Amino acid sequence: MARYLLRRLAFLAVSLALACVVLFVLLRMLPGDPANALTAVGASPEQIAAARRSIGSDRPLPEQFVHWFGQLASGDLGTSFVSSLPVGPEVGARLNVTVPLTLAAFVLAVLVAVPAGFTAAYKRHTWYGALLSGVSQLGIAIPVFWLGMILIAVFALNAGWLPSGGFPQDGWADPAEAFRALVLPVVTIALVMSASLIRYVRSATLDVLGSDYLRTARALGSSFGRAMWRHGLRNASVPVISILGIELASTLLGAVVVESVYALPGLGSLLATGIAQHDYPVIQGVLFVSTLAVLVIGFVADLVQRIIDPRLRGRLSGGAR
Amino acid sequence: MTGTDLLTPTKGRRSRRSATLVVGCVLAGVIALLAVVSFFWLPYDAEDTSGGRLAGPGDGHLLGTDKLGRDLFTQVMTGSRIAVEAGAGSVFIAAVLGVTLGVLAAFAQGWLDDTLSAFLDILIAFPTLLLAMLIVAARSATLGSAILAIGLAQSAVVARLVRILVKRVLAQDYITAARTSGTSWPRSVLFHVLPNIWPTLVVNLALQFGLAVLAEAGLSYLGLGAPPPNASWGRMLQEAQATFTTAPAGALAPGILLVLLVIGVNLIADGLRDTLDPATRRRRT
Amino acid sequence: MTLLDVRGLTVRAADGRTLVDDLSFTVAGGERLGLIGESGSGKSLTTLAVLGLLPDGMTSTGSVELAGTQTVGATEKRLSAVRGRDAAVVFQEPLTALDPLMRLGRQIAEPIARRTGLRGKQLRGAVRDALEKVRLPEPDRISRAFAHEVSGGQRQRVALAMALACEPKLLIADEPTTALDVSVQAEMLELIDGLVQEREMAVLFVSHDLAVVSRVTDRVLVMKDGRAVEQGAVHDIVRAPREEYTRALVASARQLESALDLRSPR
Repeated sequence: MARYLLRRLAFLAVSLALACVVLFVLLRMLPGDPANALTAVGASPEQIAAARRSIGSDRPLPEQFVHWFGQLASGDLGTSFVSSLPVGPEVGARLNVTVPLTLAAFVLAVLVAVPAGFTAAYKRHTWYGALLSGVSQLGIAIPVFWLGMILIAVFALNAGWLPSGGFPQDGWADPAEAFRALVLPVVTIALVMSASLIRYVRSATLDVLGSDYLRTARALGSSFGRAMWRHGLRNASVPVISILGIELASTLLGAVVVESVYALPGLGSLLATGIAQHDYPVIQGVLFVSTLAVLVIGFVADLVQRIIDPRLRGRLSGGAR
Repeated sequence: MTGTDLLTPTKGRRSRRSATLVVGCVLAGVIALLAVVSFFWLPYDAEDTSGGRLAGPGDGHLLGTDKLGRDLFTQVMTGSRIAVEAGAGSVFIAAVLGVTLGVLAAFAQGWLDDTLSAFLDILIAFPTLLLAMLIVAARSATLGSAILAIGLAQSAVVARLVRILVKRVLAQDYITAARTSGTSWPRSVLFHVLPNIWPTLVVNLALQFGLAVLAEAGLSYLGLGAPPPNASWGRMLQEAQATFTTAPAGALAPGILLVLLVIGVNLIADGLRDTLDPATRRRRT
Repeated sequence: MTLLDVRGLTVRAADGRTLVDDLSFTVAGGERLGLIGESGSGKSLTTLAVLGLLPDGMTSTGSVELAGTQTVGATEKRLSAVRGRDAAVVFQEPLTALDPLMRLGRQIAEPIARRTGLRGKQLRGAVRDALEKVRLPEPDRISRAFAHEVSGGQRQRVALAMALACEPKLLIADEPTTALDVSVQAEMLELIDGLVQEREMAVLFVSHDLAVVSRVTDRVLVMKDGRAVEQGAVHDIVRAPREEYTRALVASARQLESALDLRSPR
């Protein structure tokens, strides 16, 4: 296990470094010099050249990369071209919105999807089992922003129960206010996420329900409930966990649309602004942090799966055939 | 597929399966028809603002007008064209690129194999929309950029699937047999591997079609899709968001059509899976 | 004394097709009955119907009395009391019949604990005994291993140990040797034969292979398309098959054996 951990961590580090190179190269393919964003329209060539010098975009690319990489290693995400503010704290502030948003939506989605997916499989011949499958079919077809719009219209504009968007200027200083601002976005993401999760949980449950080992356990006298508890839960969780990892990672970044619907100052909207303004350090910073998150989530998901499923571990020495 | 599904081979199921396919085809077909008709005939010109702002449905305008006075039904029709184009274009790119990469990756061995699969895994973890945003930003906000971007992002998903499928087929005996009997590997891919994986592949591509339509709508909603005056459903929804409560038609119609199209395509995928996939057809007692 | 009494058992698929048609047979305590037929003849479904474990959507009618309990239409609670205690099964495919994620020892421990109420160290001892009884070498290693870490033959022995650990009155063996290498098959049959004899257990042995069935059982029931073709003592059936289908079965088994005789060095 220790050996595996070490190898897996090394793999994580190498992937992160590779991802940095890819990120850097990809970003330099964006058209337009960032210096244009700094200077007023119709600035003189001298002004532009000065701007380029000040942000270092006149240097050769490898040098720029080494500079950026060095910064990253010392925990510095660089300085925004546009606002001249350091990117690190900005990203941190945005994470204060995005991380609670994502995690709450994730937990809610799992709480909904696991029992619903199980029921959709176990009770698939009843009307409510079929209804659950149908609702999840509908759920994966609904664009998340449209669902957001509808929820805003119903619960914010019509009923007036919750704010229609925005986030308190002073962040979490007033937790109740911040919480209220996140309720609708969380529900929006959770609904869409659980729709697709239900399908995975349902098919994992179906696999277990049709499995021979469940039949063996029951054939030797286990009750259905006990056999599901002892054998079903673990076996169904293996495929679901890898999906959960991917869903969590993609929600962390994919929240950009929901953030736009609810005008939330999250990581996604920071990236969107960065892209629109060709603000390399901001784009790089956001993508670096996201990549790190994606890799770490993948690492954890792998680890959990490995603990649950012995077939993913190395073979038993000697006895293996 | 699951053991239970294998064990319930009944006429009832079969007819329910084809019902899925029929309903899917009808839903997607209606939208496709709107898209085709939009090439030849539209109720109003895209720039015609004679209807007055935010008119309700009726009075010569089936769905009313938007905040500039343009006919909503006309826009919905052009929107269906853009949606179908986005889906078909992206899936085409994803299919060509994904299958090629996937087959090549499946033949890789050792560290190259590990690296490729790890790379695909990381690529997949990034949402399609985000990759697409980057690519759209690098080019310009046009429908072509959006299609290219979504297609590229999806080809990673397709490539990973193809890699796994091909590996599975290669592990089976008859490929080894074909190889030892002197068949070259391009031939074995063409005659043994692809015929074995295409049912699963087609089903997945159908699902990708729906996802591409959703992704294009998302990009357009963010202002990164087809530029005005092309009325993409995503952009229509974005424009109608502010007037949702006063003029709901504009905020509902494109969304409903979008959902119907995606459900239609997903149902087709489900129907195809049940009719094409030999694994679900096999019987056992 | 009749242990298993099947009368007019009929199994239907969800679409109404008849998979097992009006089947009747009995197994007395300590008796061994072979169910023989080609795949799709309904023999495996019959065993599942006996235990009330038919796949989703299939329904059974008729009467199955197992040690005095009617299992057709019985509640799940009632069935789970009968399963294991009165009849236990060894299935065909040992790899999928065992939970891939649970150590083999824990899987064997479950039925033992349910029957005896043992826990902790005593339970581990009982697991060890159960593994030794099916002649598994290194029971401690097997006990800690997962299903994919041992050979097919060893897996099937574990599955047999689990079934025997229930100490059932009737052992149902559903093609227990079909998935095994030919070299291991004979050993497995001998093992089942010996262990069952010791315990004076009744056996319902399902197979498509007449040669295999004739080694373990006293009586056979030949099935085709869900119906009983003929039944009787093994030597009667082999010597004088009455029905066309049985004759064909016997002839093909003979052919295989005579081919072996011709090639053997003696």
